[in-house]
Amino acid sequence: MSSQMELYQQVILEHNKRPRNFGKLEGGNRAAEGFNPLCGDHLRVYLEVTADGIIQQIAFEGSGCAICKASASMMTVALKGAKVEVAQAMFGEFQRLLKGELNPESAPNQLGKLKIFSGIWQYPARVKCAALAWHALSGALSNQPTVSTE
Amino acid sequence: MSPPLDIQAVRRDFPVLDQMARGKPLIYMDSAATTLKPTSVVEAVTEHYRMGAANVHRGVHFLSEEATRKFDASREKVRAFLNAKEAAEVIFTSGTTGAINLVAHSFGSRLKPGDEIIISEMEHHSNIVPWQLLCERQGTILRVAPINDAGELLLPELEQLINARTRLVSIVAVSNALGTINPIEQIIAMAHSRDIPVLLDCAQAVAHKALDVQVLGVDFLAFSAHKLFGPTGVGVLYGRRALLDTMPPFLSGGDMIRSVSFAKTTYADLPAKFEAGTPHIAGVIGLGAAIDYVNALGLERIATAEAELLHYGTSCLRQIKGLQQVGTAAQKTSILGFTLDDIHPHDIGTLLDQEGIAIRAGHHCTQPLMQRFGLPATARASLAFYNTKAEIDALVVAIEKTQRLFA
Ligand SMILES: Cc1ncc(COP(=O)(O)O)c(C=O)c1O
Repeated sequence: MSSQMELYQQVILEHNKRPRNFGKLEGGNRAAEGFNPLCGDHLRVYLEVTADGIIQQIAFEGSGCAICKASASMMTVALKGAKVEVAQAMFGEFQRLLKGELNPESAPNQLGKLKIFSGIWQYPARVKCAALAWHALSGALSNQPTVSTE
Repeated sequence: MSPPLDIQAVRRDFPVLDQMARGKPLIYMDSAATTLKPTSVVEAVTEHYRMGAANVHRGVHFLSEEATRKFDASREKVRAFLNAKEAAEVIFTSGTTGAINLVAHSFGSRLKPGDEIIISEMEHHSNIVPWQLLCERQGTILRVAPINDAGELLLPELEQLINARTRLVSIVAVSNALGTINPIEQIIAMAHSRDIPVLLDCAQAVAHKALDVQVLGVDFLAFSAHKLFGPTGVGVLYGRRALLDTMPPFLSGGDMIRSVSFAKTTYADLPAKFEAGTPHIAGVIGLGAAIDYVNALGLERIATAEAELLHYGTSCLRQIKGLQQVGTAAQKTSILGFTLDDIHPHDIGTLLDQEGIAIRAGHHCTQPLMQRFGLPATARASLAFYNTKAEIDALVVAIEKTQRLFA
């Protein structure tokens, strides 16, 4: 299997084409914008976080490459219903995954389907694309309205 | 007429082409970002470090004199290449960006609040941001000449921007994102009829088009060696002596003074006045070798080969359904900008890279231009004379493969 197939797997192409939880979230109580100045990728992540710290609803909108959009889409699926602390822990794990510092097969983690991005560290130019939605999420959770990957 | 370039022979001058990328033969289509370097340039640079390495203009010893001789010879080569009146009008800088910053700081320091500078919508950030910072420092005003959908400068609109407060017209000669060749002769005539000096950003033009500063009558001209088959980190500001003489130094320190005392320091003559500090000696020597190389091939033969590639590439891309070309000016260099329906340029770039094809995807340091076209980014295949039609065929196959993957 060529490395191209590792990066652009069917799951990623499919999420790019049919992003889940795409669009503005009405009734959300947190939002943040993520911007990748280098490539112009631009996302907005919306959250509805309950008083006891559960991500009740999550959505995103914006434009970006397939890696960026698929990562955002899969993030929303993975985090819907999750506790805020779990989301934050997953952000940490996902960042280490993108850097090639976490081997999802040997180290314990909660990444589940997000493991699909494990090959990305071989494409340094694309790591930021996969990370953008998560930076926006983190901004929304910490009440930082805009985050930039630069 | 000299015979056309023997491309296969020319390709042997670029050993970098003879390698695999991602397991495929490398196809380099990113010459607008930086051109490849022929062996003669690489050798001139390494030779300086291996056997020369001395500083210039300071030593009394053999090595320093050798280095100085080669350094000065490069300046003369640039002078002849641009047909400048005197070598002292050739200032070595760190590149196009360094050259434009020099003008923005030095020439710019004399400008008054309300004075105006004209640029165009298709400028590289390096011909936008130095002027914006000048505007912040001095209260000058930046005026932007618009372009049409093909990516051509609208000359009447440019002319209308010229007024009694205009102090400089600073325009890209060839657009790095679109390939558009601007009518620099007309722009200069237009500005000069009102006694306004013109700066040309020739970063892209220099490798594709003969530039004669005396025939053009241009006041400032900037380019980078690395887009002319030379080393990175070195470039040129050509300036007309009459202007340079009246301009204050930009960077200051060693090499740019006549005498220093705490009471009064006097500056050196041109070009030293604008070359503070130890220069990129190996780079300058490499630039000289690059000019020798280009002269040996002949800019006209280079332009002919590239025009053929452009023609072939344009018609090949036109056949691809779902592909839009960005930059369709009537006068163009061999830069092919494009987008594909529903596929982000970055995905195109990564997928072509899997086929060993190096292109650039992004905003090409021309964000206002991208905004003008309503695009976040484009894919750009930029060709040089060492590219072949077979490589363009491979590009087409790889683009179609990308489209199938995303279908
Ligand atoms: C049209 C144009 N102007 C200016 C520059 C800046 O050149 P450098 O980065 O070598 O200073 C470039 C290089 O990308 C360019 O293409």
